[in-house]
Amino acid sequence: MAGNPVIALRRWLSVSPHPRIFSRPMAKSSPRPKKSKPARSAPATRSKSAPRGDGARTRRTRLPDADTVWSMYRKMVEIRSFEEHVWDVYTRGLMPGLAHLYIGEEAVAVGACTALRTDDYITSTHRGHGHCLAKGARLEGMMAEIMGKEAGYCRGKGGSMHIADMSVGNLGANGIVGGSFGIATGAALSAKLRKTDQVAVCFFGDGAANQGILMEAANMAVIWNLPVIYLCENNQYGEHTPFEAVTGVKEIVDRAKGFGMDGERVDGADVLAVLEVIRRAVDKARKGGGPTFVEAVTYRFKGHHVGDAAGYRTKEELAWWMDNKDPIQLLARDMLKAGVATDEQLLAVQEQVEVEVIAAVEFAREAPYPAPEQAFEDVYS
Amino acid sequence: MTATATAKPTREITFREAICEAMAEEMRRDEAVILIGEDVGKSGGIFKCSEGLWAEFGSNRVIDAPIAEEGYVGLSVGAAMTGMRPIAELMFGDFALLTMDQLVNQAAKIRYMTGGQCKVSLTVRLSMGAGRSSAAQHSQSLHALFAHIPGLKVAIPSCPRDAKGLLKSAIRDDNPVLFFEDKLMYNDLGEVPEQEYLIPLGQADIKRPGSDVTLVATSSMVGLSLEAAEVLAAEGIEAEVVDVRCLYPLDADTIVASAKKTGYAIVIDEGAARYGITGELASVIQERAFDWLDGPVLRIAAADVPIPFSPVLELPTIPDVARVVDAVRSLRG
Repeated sequence: MAGNPVIALRRWLSVSPHPRIFSRPMAKSSPRPKKSKPARSAPATRSKSAPRGDGARTRRTRLPDADTVWSMYRKMVEIRSFEEHVWDVYTRGLMPGLAHLYIGEEAVAVGACTALRTDDYITSTHRGHGHCLAKGARLEGMMAEIMGKEAGYCRGKGGSMHIADMSVGNLGANGIVGGSFGIATGAALSAKLRKTDQVAVCFFGDGAANQGILMEAANMAVIWNLPVIYLCENNQYGEHTPFEAVTGVKEIVDRAKGFGMDGERVDGADVLAVLEVIRRAVDKARKGGGPTFVEAVTYRFKGHHVGDAAGYRTKEELAWWMDNKDPIQLLARDMLKAGVATDEQLLAVQEQVEVEVIAAVEFAREAPYPAPEQAFEDVYS
Repeated sequence: MTATATAKPTREITFREAICEAMAEEMRRDEAVILIGEDVGKSGGIFKCSEGLWAEFGSNRVIDAPIAEEGYVGLSVGAAMTGMRPIAELMFGDFALLTMDQLVNQAAKIRYMTGGQCKVSLTVRLSMGAGRSSAAQHSQSLHALFAHIPGLKVAIPSCPRDAKGLLKSAIRDDNPVLFFEDKLMYNDLGEVPEQEYLIPLGQADIKRPGSDVTLVATSSMVGLSLEAAEVLAAEGIEAEVVDVRCLYPLDADTIVASAKKTGYAIVIDEGAARYGITGELASVIQERAFDWLDGPVLRIAAADVPIPFSPVLELPTIPDVARVVDAVRSLRG
């Protein structure tokens, strides 16, 4: 790859060689976990071949139209590349604060946001870069915000954990675990009262699933039949603690029944499956069919935040997920199999995206910081 | 207040009716205004502040919420961010403690954190005040907690006229406003203009002019201070009573000007004394009026105990007229 323009650009910009889109090659031969029953009722137990909560589910083979597939592939690659560069920027001391990376979970945000219109709402989490990009945020504004610059989405006031883009319905990421259940449900109430057919998607994690306000908000969504989708990204760990150690149900989706809400569980590595499930929920919500609870089973390939070595999980477990549940690899394989893409085309997209992300990093590095007196603006309207 | 020479027509209504009128007028004026809370609908609210609204505006705009304060205040924040102007009612101010994440971490900060991308046009109405033998979880005056939070506004009216004018301004404000209503004032009568009017947030009001001592008071403590002023007048001491009306934005100029004029100031508030409103206002006064003062700025507030149940225990914990009168006498010794 000595003649690769991306490598050359990287060298010219003195960007660290660390980031790469694919953290490790996908083991095409590794067997998918055998499930005697559908995952909905399958026991989520640890084993060497299939760690707990793998979320396996019959994968769809029929692809949506080529534009949609390519767009989803590109967006997932964009998120992966962006996050690799956030890692790089962080470890080189170019950004202040904390960074919680979405690597490994790209299919959830991309599948879900592909099912949404621009005027639909999302609320996001501390691990929110993927949600923001999937909902339409620009790379430059994202990276500038993460570095605390004036050109950032929040003009340097929010940072990595609070990126919002109201122009595309992104009501913002939230630093409080479970902090956006109310906001998303309220946006759905607002849509209903204003008689639009907008829908709100509330992203949250397995950790937030144990916050009490979920029960309050979900109950109101049911009694008032609100167009909201609670999308739980079960990435197996709430910070450092395995979800099953602190959660009274084996499958979080089982709580939907208690709320009086429809629930679905989906393989969060399978962007096609996520798209299908969220599309169904969105269609229902738009037609006045009320809320849906979706548990997407996923895994974060990195620690809780950059700098967390994740010693609370085994190398074997991580390797299994990376080998078998890399959402980008899974979609690429489907695209190749269906003849929608060639290796060269897939690689070309990666390279284009990489160039764009590097340009965003450079834009953000060059961008000015806000004037200190701006700290006193925007407190009140 | 009685009608002045300009003779704008007024009528006498209760504090409760003033609150209800303000909400009704704003709901007629703007479809985005909704009311959400426990029992606010058909039943008209436990304090009857929303009587008639459900019949006029229907259950889509006067919404009976489940008993889930954090949840429905959270929904109100989301609705406020997306084009609505919710009024969330918390039956007892004590229940606001269940909503702290939504109000303090979310509503107060979202505009700022997003670099000014959105408005949180939310009004939260909540009751305050002891004196009804409701014990420690239904009697607190917690306005200081919210006045402490950048991003929130806090209104704390003392009479029907102010309640109506301030509430209408709060509903039209594009920021989260906490609106504190003393439960013991709901039946109080007062003159209110016939015609529509607004009172801007952030203007203190001199409820009684005087030259000898300044009584700076909030909510029901204003009425108490006016009573004390009558007692003092009989002794030849003319007290000026300044009604703060809003804790944020705070009209420090009016308060400080009065303290400079009289040379003595006492701050009276029903919140707990320690780290409270009285300390903050006393600080504002001494920082800006020190050279004009002829004595220390005194504070009269609730005792630093949870509010007890039995009336013989409860009443000594909250300010009364005698304490104000005694404080003035001690100052002018």
